[in-house]
Amino acid sequence: MLAVGPSPHLARSDDTQRIMLSVVIALVPAIAASIVFFGFDSIRVLALTIAACVVFEKVFLKLFKNEGRIDDWSAVVTGILLAFNLPASSPWWLILTGSLVAMLLGKHIYGGLGHNPFNPALIARIFLLISWPTCMTSFPKTRFMADGISSATPLGILKTDGLAKLQASLGGSPFNLALGNVPGSLGEISALAIFIGALYLFYKGYIRWHIPAAFIGTVFAFTGIFYLAQPETYASPVFHVFAGGLFLGAFFMATDMVTTPITSAGMLLFGFGCGLITSVIRLWGGYPEGVAFSILIMNAFTPLIDRYVKPARFGKIKSRKP
Amino acid sequence: MAHLVRSSKTFYGGVHPAEYKGASEHLPIEILPLPHKVVLPLSQHLGAPSAPCVKVSDTVKTGQKIADAAGFISVPLHASITGTVTAIGAFPHPNGRRMEAIVIEGNGTDEKEPAMSMHDPLSLDNSPLKQAVIAAGIVGLGGAAFPTHVKLSPPKEKTLDLLIINGCECEPYLTCDNRIMIEQADRIVEGIRLLKKILCLKKAVVGIENNKPEAAQSLAKASAADPEISVIVIKTKYPQGGEKQLIKSLTGREVPPPPALPMDAGVVVHNVATCIAVRDAVVDGTPCYQRVLTVSGDAIATPKNLLVRNGTLLSDIIAFCGGTAPNLKKVVIGGPMMGIAAVTIDVPVLKATSGLLFLSEKCAISYAESSCIRCGSCVRACPMGLAPSTLCGLVKKRRWDSLKEEGALECIECGSCAYSCPARIPLVQYIKIGKAELNARARKK
Repeated sequence: MLAVGPSPHLARSDDTQRIMLSVVIALVPAIAASIVFFGFDSIRVLALTIAACVVFEKVFLKLFKNEGRIDDWSAVVTGILLAFNLPASSPWWLILTGSLVAMLLGKHIYGGLGHNPFNPALIARIFLLISWPTCMTSFPKTRFMADGISSATPLGILKTDGLAKLQASLGGSPFNLALGNVPGSLGEISALAIFIGALYLFYKGYIRWHIPAAFIGTVFAFTGIFYLAQPETYASPVFHVFAGGLFLGAFFMATDMVTTPITSAGMLLFGFGCGLITSVIRLWGGYPEGVAFSILIMNAFTPLIDRYVKPARFGKIKSRKP
Repeated sequence: MAHLVRSSKTFYGGVHPAEYKGASEHLPIEILPLPHKVVLPLSQHLGAPSAPCVKVSDTVKTGQKIADAAGFISVPLHASITGTVTAIGAFPHPNGRRMEAIVIEGNGTDEKEPAMSMHDPLSLDNSPLKQAVIAAGIVGLGGAAFPTHVKLSPPKEKTLDLLIINGCECEPYLTCDNRIMIEQADRIVEGIRLLKKILCLKKAVVGIENNKPEAAQSLAKASAADPEISVIVIKTKYPQGGEKQLIKSLTGREVPPPPALPMDAGVVVHNVATCIAVRDAVVDGTPCYQRVLTVSGDAIATPKNLLVRNGTLLSDIIAFCGGTAPNLKKVVIGGPMMGIAAVTIDVPVLKATSGLLFLSEKCAISYAESSCIRCGSCVRACPMGLAPSTLCGLVKKRRWDSLKEEGALECIECGSCAYSCPARIPLVQYIKIGKAELNARARKK
C-alpha cells in the first residue's frame, strides 16, 4: 500500500516538541545561575513547579479531552518560567497554586497549547502577586550576601525608599546587578545567564530580535530621558535595563510565540508597548516592577496587532519597465 | 564569460529544504527503451482536455496526432509509440482520479510520422513558427503544463521587453533540467532564439540557481554568440523557480495579484525544457511526446535522469531503474514540494512530469497535525507575503469572504508554509481547499 498525502512531502526537521525542548535548554544557564545564588531552595522550587505543571497538564489534557501531547515539553517550559517568577523561599502551597493557575486559567480553559491569549506563567505570577503579596515580594538574599534575612529587590528599594537608598544598597557596583547577585525571584536576577541562553534561541532561529530589542530599547530610552532630565530623582537607564525581570521578560516571556504577534512589524510594536508600559509602571506605578503586567497587557493587544499589521503582500510594487 | 552574471537579488520569503540532488545530478541522461504500452490522458495540461481524433484499433505512428486541441487554452496530443490504439476510456491519472485516456499498444517498432522540418527558421515569418508550436502540443514542461502557445500570444495592448528562461529547478531531488542544460545547451539556446523571434523580443535572460554551476557555464558557452542572451546565477532558495519569484529576482519587478499575468510586468517566462520542445517542434517538426525526467529517492535501486515517452507507465520506469526497495512508502509524481503522491504505480507520466520520487518511511513525512503555536514560520516562509496560518484558520471556520480579502487566491501553492510548520499542519492543503471553494463560489455568481 502506498502512502498518499498532500504536498509538500518534505518538512523541516524542527517540530513543536524540538522548539520547546530548545527553550528548556536555553533556560539552563539561568537555572544554573539561580542554583548558584540560591542553592538548594532553587532546586526545590524548580523541581516542584515543573512536576506540578506537568501533572496538571496531563490532568487537564485528559479532563478536557484535548489531543495535545504531554511530551511536547510545553508544560516544562511553563514550569521553569513560573519557577523563575517565584522567590526562592516560596512555600509548597504557593507553588502548587501557581502551577494550577498557570495550567488551568493560563492555558487549558482556552483549549490548551496554541490557544491561550496570555502567557500562562505570567498569569500565575500576577495571580499569586495579588493574592499573597507578602509571599511574592519577600526575597531571600543570595548566598553571597551578608545575612540570610529577606530583603527587597533593587526595584523595590527604589520604589519605597528612593534613589539614595538604592545606590547605597547596590554598593556602587553594576556587576552585581548584571550577574544576579541581588535579591529577586529565582530566574530574573541574572541578566547575563538569561542572555547566554537567549543567544542559543537566536542561533536556532526560534526567537527573533524584534521583541527583545524593542522592549529593552524602549525601557532604556524612556527611563534614559527622565534620568537625563532629573538624575537626582530617577535611576539610570542602565540600572533599569539590568534590574528586575526585564531580561527574563524580554527574552523568554515576551517572545512566547503563542501570545505574541506573527509579523516582524507587529513584534516591534509589541516590544515597544511592553517597554513603554514597563517604564511607566516602574517610574510612577504602584508596583516597583512592571514587566509582567506589560507583557500581559500587550498579549491582550496581540490579536489586534495581527489584524492590522500584516505582511507586505507580493505584487504591490507597480514597477513596469526598467 | 561576459554574459554570465551572478546576482544576489532575490525574492522575499522562501525556504531552504535539503537538496537531495547528489544522487542524480551527475548522471548523464539515459534513454528508456520503448515501452510496450502507453496511456495518454487527454488532460495533461491546464485548460480543456484534448478531443480524440483516432478510434480503437487504428494504427498510429510515433508523433502522429491522436487528439485535437479543444479550444484556445488546450493542446493537441500525439502518439508516443508506434502501434495500435487499444482503448479510449477512463484510466488512472497521476492526479488520483480516473480520467479519459487513449491507450496504445506498441508493435516494437518506432516508425515516425513524417514531419515538416524547417530550414533556417529564424529567417522565417513569426506565424509559421507559432503554428509549429501549436501543432506540436507543447505545454510548460517545468510542471505547470500551461499551453505554451498561449504564452506566445500576448494581447496587443501588452508591451513586453524581456524573455525569461527558467533554469532554476528549485525543487529538491530534481536534476533533469540541470542535465539538459549541461548536455543540450545548444538546443536550449536555439529554442530561446526561436522564442525571442516569435515574441518579437530582443533580450532574454536565463535564471539558474547557484547550485548548478556546470549548467550555468554550459549555457553561457552555448549562448556566447548571441549578446542578447545572458545567464544570471541567482541564490538557491525554494521557490526560486516560481514564475513570479524568478521575475522578481531577475528584474526586481513584481507581477500584480491575479488576474494579472507576467505579461503585465513586461515579461514572459518559459522553462529550459520547453525551449528544447519548441526547438524540436520548429526545426525538426517533432511534436511533444517525450521528455527528460528524474527518477530518484531513497527507495529506488538506481536513480536516473531518463528520456521517456509520454504515457509510459511508472511500473516500466521502475523496472528499468532496478526496482524499488521493500521499505517503499510513498511515490511522488513531480518534485517533493509540489508533486502529487501516487495512489498506484499503474499511472502514466505526463508531458509535464519532471520527476518520480520513491521515498521510504524515513523520507516521506506524514502530517500529524497539532495545534498552531503561532510561531510565524509560515508567514516568513510565504514568498507571496501572505499569512498562511491566518488563511488556514479562515478555511477551517469557512469564512470565505475574509479568506478572499486575505489574499488566498494569490497563493502559488508552493508549499513553503507547510514545509516550515513545526506543528505539521498541511497549511497549503487547507489553502488549496479554500481556493477551490472561492473559485466554485465565483463561478456560481
